[in-house]
Amino acid sequence: MTAGRLERVGTYVVLCTFAVLALYPVLSILFLALHRKTDLVTGFAFPTRIDLSSFEAAWSEGNFATGFKSSFIVAATVTVVSAILSIGTGYAFGTMRFTGDRIVFPIILLGIIFPYEATVIPLYYDFQDVPILHWHLLNTYWALILPQIGQSIAFGTFWMRAFFRSTPRSLIEAARIDGATSFGVLWRVLLPQAWPAVLTMSLLVFTYTWNEFLLALVLVSGSESHQTAPLGLSFFAGAARAGDPTKVAAAAVLVALPILVVYLFLQRHFVRGMLAGALKE
Amino acid sequence: MAVDEPTAHDARPDPAGPGARRRRRRRRGGGRAPGDPRNIGWLYVLPGLAFYVLFTLAPLLHTVYYSLFDWDGLTGKTWVGLANYSEALRDEVLRDAFVHSAILIVYYAVFPVIIGLLLTAALTRTVIRGFRFFRTTLFLPQLIAGVVIAQAWTWIYASDGPLNRALELVGLGSLVRPWLGDFTWALPSIGAIGSWVTFGLCMVLFIAGVQKIPTSLYDAARVDGAGPVREFFAVTLPGLRDEILVAFVLTTINALRSFDIVYNTTAGGPGGETLVPSMYMYQNAFLYNRVGYAAAIATVLAIAIFALAAIVLRIGSRDERA
Repeated sequence: MTAGRLERVGTYVVLCTFAVLALYPVLSILFLALHRKTDLVTGFAFPTRIDLSSFEAAWSEGNFATGFKSSFIVAATVTVVSAILSIGTGYAFGTMRFTGDRIVFPIILLGIIFPYEATVIPLYYDFQDVPILHWHLLNTYWALILPQIGQSIAFGTFWMRAFFRSTPRSLIEAARIDGATSFGVLWRVLLPQAWPAVLTMSLLVFTYTWNEFLLALVLVSGSESHQTAPLGLSFFAGAARAGDPTKVAAAAVLVALPILVVYLFLQRHFVRGMLAGALKE
Repeated sequence: MAVDEPTAHDARPDPAGPGARRRRRRRRGGGRAPGDPRNIGWLYVLPGLAFYVLFTLAPLLHTVYYSLFDWDGLTGKTWVGLANYSEALRDEVLRDAFVHSAILIVYYAVFPVIIGLLLTAALTRTVIRGFRFFRTTLFLPQLIAGVVIAQAWTWIYASDGPLNRALELVGLGSLVRPWLGDFTWALPSIGAIGSWVTFGLCMVLFIAGVQKIPTSLYDAARVDGAGPVREFFAVTLPGLRDEILVAFVLTTINALRSFDIVYNTTAGGPGGETLVPSMYMYQNAFLYNRVGYAAAIATVLAIAIFALAAIVLRIGSRDERA
């Protein structure tokens, strides 16, 4: 074996080892979930047969039909609204100069490293009785939707701005000479080619919103019908783990499943968004 | 700005005054954002900005405001000035929580970056086939909800779980323990979960970065007779400066903000051994009814996060000049 060959083999051994490390915890909980309580699983729990009874039990006992509905409503609304808003902010910061833009953009960028944990206390009290308007938003979908739109603006603006900056100036100028309004330029010239960028952004925002936990814990745990899937999983695990770990494992797999399926098909978008988004500036 | 109406030719003077544009240009070193001055930009920025200000910036300031009161969340607030902060300084539980966070940074940030760099060094010398498969796999932990990750690892660490079984199989049965319930091992066990979540991100980030380093630099190093070690320090490491910086900022902030995994594995236990600031904030605000004090903890945490990000970025920009 030549030195180059040896090196090549070593490379793949290293990569495979770490790929297994990354995959194993996910597989182990899937293995556990494929059993039923009476199997009394211990150790590695390689499934000898496919038994989906734990999934059925978890789905009904953990009330995941409600959890999935809530999560879907919240994540879809946040994704769509924040995408529309971010296209606007990204378009302005990427193609126009206006008074104060150099001050406002860094403030929005701050949102990427923002400690959102530090905002939950006033959100809880203000949503009980919104100042001036006297709306009661606690334990409603709005309590999750509104803050998460706010949290998604930073990444969205950053991402769409980078996209709009990379489109050729001549395209915009030609449209303007033809008499297009600023909205016409956005709608007819820029957006038709922006869809891949919008898709990447939407997938990431949807994933983050679907996975979110602390806001749900603080803002909707008082209403069972508004609990999100991760919050439902947390409660279900607390109540059922000691009795039947296979059911909790099945519930965990269910909560992760929607994102994992989308990831398998569109993984390029996820990786590109998370890497390039982090590195562009 | 009463005269700020669009003219037919859109060639109106810069509203900030005739010298402003020149000043701005000089400050940016000649480059300027593309696009002509159009205050219509505000129309596109305002809706998004409103959500951002109302639901993130304003609540943060509101937190700071709460931190100046003694409040149980129900009855009236009592102004106490900075008393919550002086209590925070004396509070040994809070100090321990920040120490735990510092230890978690080692697991969430330092280990993954070092592992990522070592692996990248090992991998730079060959072209990797099937990189897409590895990238997909290594990135997977990034996308899984913290609550789900907590369930998976609670099982791995369980008394009768896979980790203890593996230890028995290789003859290390003396190490078997309920990892998350062990006073010494609970925090490192949570740290290891953090390492698992982030190492793939660091690796993919670095491997992608290495592929952007011109191969001519490696050729030159080899012509000069540099071995793998010198090649790593002379070419790979400087070439990955941006990636390392980004990895450190993201992972350090993740460590400081960690809540989901702690809450869903140990909830701070056993005996407060895994308590982190965000968890302690949550307990004070929603379990102990000490809202003012919880707000002070939240404020300190926010300052710590902004400061750390600023320090890492500052160190990064100094390197650039050197």
